Amino acid sequence: MSLLAALAIWNRVLRNRHSRRGLPAPEHEPEPEVDPSSRELPQDPRSEGIAALLFVLAGLAGVAFAVLYIVADDTQLLGLAAGLALVFAAAGLFVTGLRVVAQVTAVEPRPEVDDPAAQEEVADQLRSGFEGVSRRRLLTAAGGAAAVGVGAVAAVPLASLGPRPGQRIGQSAWARGRRVVDHEGRPILADDVSEGTFVTGFPEGADMERLGAPIVIVRLDPEAFDLPPQRRDWVPEGIAAYSKICTHAGCAVSLFRSPLDQSTAGVAPALVCPCHYSTFDPARGAQVTFGPAGRALPQLPLMIGRGRELRAAGPYSAPVGPAWWGTPH
Amino acid sequence: MGLLRARRRDPVEAPIAFVDRRLGSASFTKQVLSYVFPDHWSFLLGEIALYSFVVLIGTGTFLALFFSDSQSETVYHGSYGALNGLRASEAYVSVLNISFDVPAGLLIRQTHHWAANVFVAAIVIHAMRVFFTGAFRKPREINYAVGVTLALLAILEAFVGYMLPDDLLSGMGLVIAYAVALSLPLIGGQAGMLIWDGEFPGSPAFWPRLFIAHVFLLPLLIAALIGLHLALMTRQKHTQFPGRGRTERNDVGTPLWPGYALRTAGWFLLIAGVLLLLGGLVQINPIWQWGPYEPYLSSNGAQPDWYLGWLIGGLRLMPELEPRFGGHTWIPNPFWGGALFPLVVFGLLYLWPWIEQRFITRDRRRHELLDRPRDNPVRTAIGAGVLTWIVFIFYGGAADRVLVSVGFDYVGQIWAYRVMAAALPLLVGLLTYRICRELKAREVHPLRGWQGSTVTRTVDGGFTSVPDEDAANPRGGDEPRLR
Repeated sequence: MSLLAALAIWNRVLRNRHSRRGLPAPEHEPEPEVDPSSRELPQDPRSEGIAALLFVLAGLAGVAFAVLYIVADDTQLLGLAAGLALVFAAAGLFVTGLRVVAQVTAVEPRPEVDDPAAQEEVADQLRSGFEGVSRRRLLTAAGGAAAVGVGAVAAVPLASLGPRPGQRIGQSAWARGRRVVDHEGRPILADDVSEGTFVTGFPEGADMERLGAPIVIVRLDPEAFDLPPQRRDWVPEGIAAYSKICTHAGCAVSLFRSPLDQSTAGVAPALVCPCHYSTFDPARGAQVTFGPAGRALPQLPLMIGRGRELRAAGPYSAPVGPAWWGTPH
Repeated sequence: MGLLRARRRDPVEAPIAFVDRRLGSASFTKQVLSYVFPDHWSFLLGEIALYSFVVLIGTGTFLALFFSDSQSETVYHGSYGALNGLRASEAYVSVLNISFDVPAGLLIRQTHHWAANVFVAAIVIHAMRVFFTGAFRKPREINYAVGVTLALLAILEAFVGYMLPDDLLSGMGLVIAYAVALSLPLIGGQAGMLIWDGEFPGSPAFWPRLFIAHVFLLPLLIAALIGLHLALMTRQKHTQFPGRGRTERNDVGTPLWPGYALRTAGWFLLIAGVLLLLGGLVQINPIWQWGPYEPYLSSNGAQPDWYLGWLIGGLRLMPELEPRFGGHTWIPNPFWGGALFPLVVFGLLYLWPWIEQRFITRDRRRHELLDRPRDNPVRTAIGAGVLTWIVFIFYGGAADRVLVSVGFDYVGQIWAYRVMAAALPLLVGLLTYRICRELKAREVHPLRGWQGSTVTRTVDGGFTSVPDEDAANPRGGDEPRLR
């Protein structure tokens, strides 16, 4: 921006210096009789010496690379030696190409590529191939059918590359009674979740790598929640769980802005995805408060079971992860 | 005997004769050696891409000999003590082994990664040169389309390579790619299932697919298209800037032998040498610091390799628009920034030669002489505007880094950037248009100042004006020289 502005200003200055009206636009077709071709022999022994020196340095650096490879295997030294070998050789070639060998400027005529007569002949030749054929339309249609068939033979096996989407996308193993465990399989207790931190949980016994598995668990002041009536008892003691997979692009929602932290004191708590900063409000069912995500994080109803273990009180409130055509409202 | 001695006396001619007697190659070789390359620094940009690709093939083949494409869990016991006992995929562990236990492995790996970044960058800058000088015009529209396809494939290939080590950043990239695939209206779910062989993170078949795509399918396609790109270029010969003796009917420059061959060999070695220096001295993608990927992990401050920055920006700046209707999510949000944005940009690039021919210049002639950007103010203005749009959204993708380093509020930044991403391209476009018009009218060079024109009086009393390229007039001179 500032560069362009500077250019514009400087342009004004120049205009004042040369206050003549503009010259006619340059003609890009100079007189054809100008012949720019030339040939000069530099005959420059000093440059020849410099080129030779550079080539010797390239050889030495290459040898150094081999020696370093055997005795040191240090990435920095190896890179330095190998890089210098090539750069020296390059410099030698530049000096040779620009100061040692004949400097030639040549003019090559540009051949006319198109040949209308030949175009016509080719068209005639193609047409004459089917001379005397009477049922040309039928043949063309049948040939088209064959092309579709051959295409199908080539394309259909590609369908084996993956299953039909069906109900697979957004599925999860969470169901009523499923125990919440940490990434090593230990049960998470209600008292493990304190205000100001968040805990990552998984359904006991399920594959942790599936997008439907991980949840974030946070504890807020029970008074702070503003949930729809049917979710009132989903947050026992103010402990709420949401899918950890962002509904925007599927990254893990691994940032928690907590009102207890000094740097964010007085700010409403939020779950944030670090990929594109979709921001969700854990007190209001993880509704989107900022960023590109189009829908709330699915909520997992919780209950506190025997021994104060956290358990799912039901399935997620919505399909998990990034949306697709089949994601309902 | 006499014949033998004569042959021995000419060691250059003997092998040429040997081959020519069998293949009839001498006259063709003669043509090749005198093939002319016009001289301008901007013509070297494509060569940077070409030579980076050569480095990528070399270093990539080395790495493929050690890499494992398996997702099976294993325990790391290599020489990097900090991760001893870590449970991770064989893919991740094999990249740790390349980095710490294969001699020169880290050098080759980092050189490969640097070369990929330089490869895509060189293609983008080369494409800008082609665009702003009008090199895509008739008769080169086909080769231009080949070039745009190469840019697309290069970004895809680099992205897939970046995913292979199965570290935290690559996994975060993969799941975003999965979300973008799912977001395609109607077909997205099926597309995701076909690529990943099931829902994310996919079946064990997914990783060999990624590997084969990166080391076989995409490189083969890129190599074939590079071959086509160069074949079409030599068939149509090079464009050149207007200048003394240069016309639409000739090519003026340095013949391949001896000057250009030596210089371009030097250029290759310089690029490879600089990439090796970068690979050895400047750390890139230290995956042992990111750790292995699990779908339930992510990291703050994650930024992709530069060539994906514009897409991250698009995803981050997009408001929460996600139309739903009749029980379907018609357009999931990642579609806007992750799919529609690049579709619009590449669609514009592919169609540009036809848009310009049809609506702007209405010029269907062949053009072998290049424009300066100012010569076509509308093209330059639209190009600058679209470029501003992309670069600004790219910058918007780094708003979290601006928050950390400068302290600007993130939410405020995003709202400001949403407005600016719409307004700035128009502003830059209009300003560029004005500057081009003025430069064109006043014959001012942005860096070298005013350049004179040689006005020649013709026999029948008229005048012709030719821009002065000789720099015989270094200060630019206030008066046109009369001849």
